[in-house]
Amino acid sequence: MSDTAAPRARMILPRPLIIGGAILLASVVVGLFPALFAPFDPNAFDYGALLQAPSWAHPMGTDNFGRDVLSRVIHAYTIDMQIAVFATIVPFVFGTIIGALVGYAGGWAEALFGRIVDAVITFPFLVLVIAIVSVLGPGLVNMYIAVGVVGWVFYARIIAAEIKVQKRLDYADAGRAMGYTHLRIIFRHLLPNAITPAIVYWMTDMALAILLGSSLGYLGLGAQPPAAEWGVQIADGKNFMATAWWISVFPGLAIVLTGLGFSLTGDGLAEVLRTKR
Amino acid sequence: MTDAGMITVEGIGKRFALPQGVMSRLAGHPAPAVHALNGVSLQIRRGETLGIVGESGCGKSTLARCLVRLHDCDDGRILFEGQDIAGLEGPARRAFNRRVQMIFQDPFSSLNPRMKVRAILGEALSVHRMCPAADIPDRIAALLALVRLNPDAADRYPHEFSGGQRQRIGIARALAVEPEVLVADELVSALDVSVQAQVVNLLLDLQQRLNLTVVFVAHDLRLVRHISHRVAVMYLGKVVEIGATEDLFAAPRHPYTRALLDAAPELDPERRSRQVAARGELPSPINLPQGCLFHTRCPLALDRCRTERPELTDRGPQHQAACHLADFGAPSTETTA
Repeated sequence: MSDTAAPRARMILPRPLIIGGAILLASVVVGLFPALFAPFDPNAFDYGALLQAPSWAHPMGTDNFGRDVLSRVIHAYTIDMQIAVFATIVPFVFGTIIGALVGYAGGWAEALFGRIVDAVITFPFLVLVIAIVSVLGPGLVNMYIAVGVVGWVFYARIIAAEIKVQKRLDYADAGRAMGYTHLRIIFRHLLPNAITPAIVYWMTDMALAILLGSSLGYLGLGAQPPAAEWGVQIADGKNFMATAWWISVFPGLAIVLTGLGFSLTGDGLAEVLRTKR
Repeated sequence: MTDAGMITVEGIGKRFALPQGVMSRLAGHPAPAVHALNGVSLQIRRGETLGIVGESGCGKSTLARCLVRLHDCDDGRILFEGQDIAGLEGPARRAFNRRVQMIFQDPFSSLNPRMKVRAILGEALSVHRMCPAADIPDRIAALLALVRLNPDAADRYPHEFSGGQRQRIGIARALAVEPEVLVADELVSALDVSVQAQVVNLLLDLQQRLNLTVVFVAHDLRLVRHISHRVAVMYLGKVVEIGATEDLFAAPRHPYTRALLDAAPELDPERRSRQVAARGELPSPINLPQGCLFHTRCPLALDRCRTERPELTDRGPQHQAACHLADFGAPSTETTA
């Protein structure tokens, strides 16, 4: 590095972020205003057009009640994008705070936290969520609660590990030598340097949340029929897989596309947020 | 000692516990620990520069961190203007931290990479309410000028600066709260030699202008000789000799100091020392030697040195050494190995 500070490089957004961001932006717009995009009412039965293959009138075909699959896929964006955000925001925020405090404090707090992590990761995530939802009863809100109760642990574990690294660096000591409070050091100094992996994980987790929501929808524990939700739709189509594949396949593709959007965004963010030293 | 010290360090000890296995604990073995400081005593006087030298691992940095209370001492105490700093809490502790500041060794980890220089300096100013909020931008510009950085440096991130520039930002941060004491831990050891002089001269200049007391921790003997009024030599977490810089460099009164000075590279081949003044490696700070800490490497060690640990005793005006050989290095009876 020369003696004069280097001129700032123009920020060039990584391509994955642009593509992923575009997919997510489109998904959000569709989710907010599904009626603008859907050609039919997603719940309107049409007994004159049962189980029709994709055509110009019904680009994704119709299901066994004559409902337009495209319209249902579009309306499902509203629920599935909600699931992506609501099922992950509480674990993200709560897990980040707990992880930051635990990682900074160390000692018995960390030991206790480690045991909680052990207890949670012993069970497969889906099994644990299904168990909690069956106790609380099916439905989206109960699913958010179930995911929130379990999911924060993963964020907290990531953040705690990062904070443990950061708190040993001199800038943390410089804060202490300045007489700053612990909370100021944790949340203003350490956390911005520790949070990137959690944000990237959050992106992946939103994709996983859609999958989880779909799985629970498929099992009848998440969104309830006749609501248009991708998992519910896939479940609806399972008896017609051999004869009317389009009922299940198009919602599945919507899940893939949205998941791709989240993953690409996560990759791009990881690059943009990388700490320069 | 003529005037009372601004900071008085009284026999402080610091241990860092090592992990201990269950079997070892059941067998009743004492908990293993690194003995970083073993009874350090010294005084720091207002307005002076005290150099602290020693090999790597001798506890210099631990002492520096204890002085600003980044570590709490296990034994002994540190008095700041007569008050034990271990008892300071809340606002009193913050006030102490404002008056005794530290500059760190590594310019690449001592600045928060996610904060602009303006935020780093502004935070120090606002937390300690050094000036009205409206004056903060002017104060930041003044601080940057003080450490000879351009005003536009305020809106840059640390990674946009070189090592020497970052170290000057670190100095500006410490000076933002108008401290009376600066503890500089290996201030320039991470910098290129050409940049070292810039930063050291800046520190000396600031010391005179702001009447700072400086504790300068370093392993570079020539640098310490250049800038210090007094020098303390540390070995295995203990001060073995302390005195006015020229007295100590001209006539070291402890065999270890002699060894350190002899080990410094000499440019003139005629004057190259032929004798080895200290042999072997630094003993483990986990299992300290009995008696004098230096006896395992001392060419002059006596039986007494192996059993009894010497304390600092006067060797002249403002000159103390911790050695049983009271005559060592005395002008009249030059002792050689």
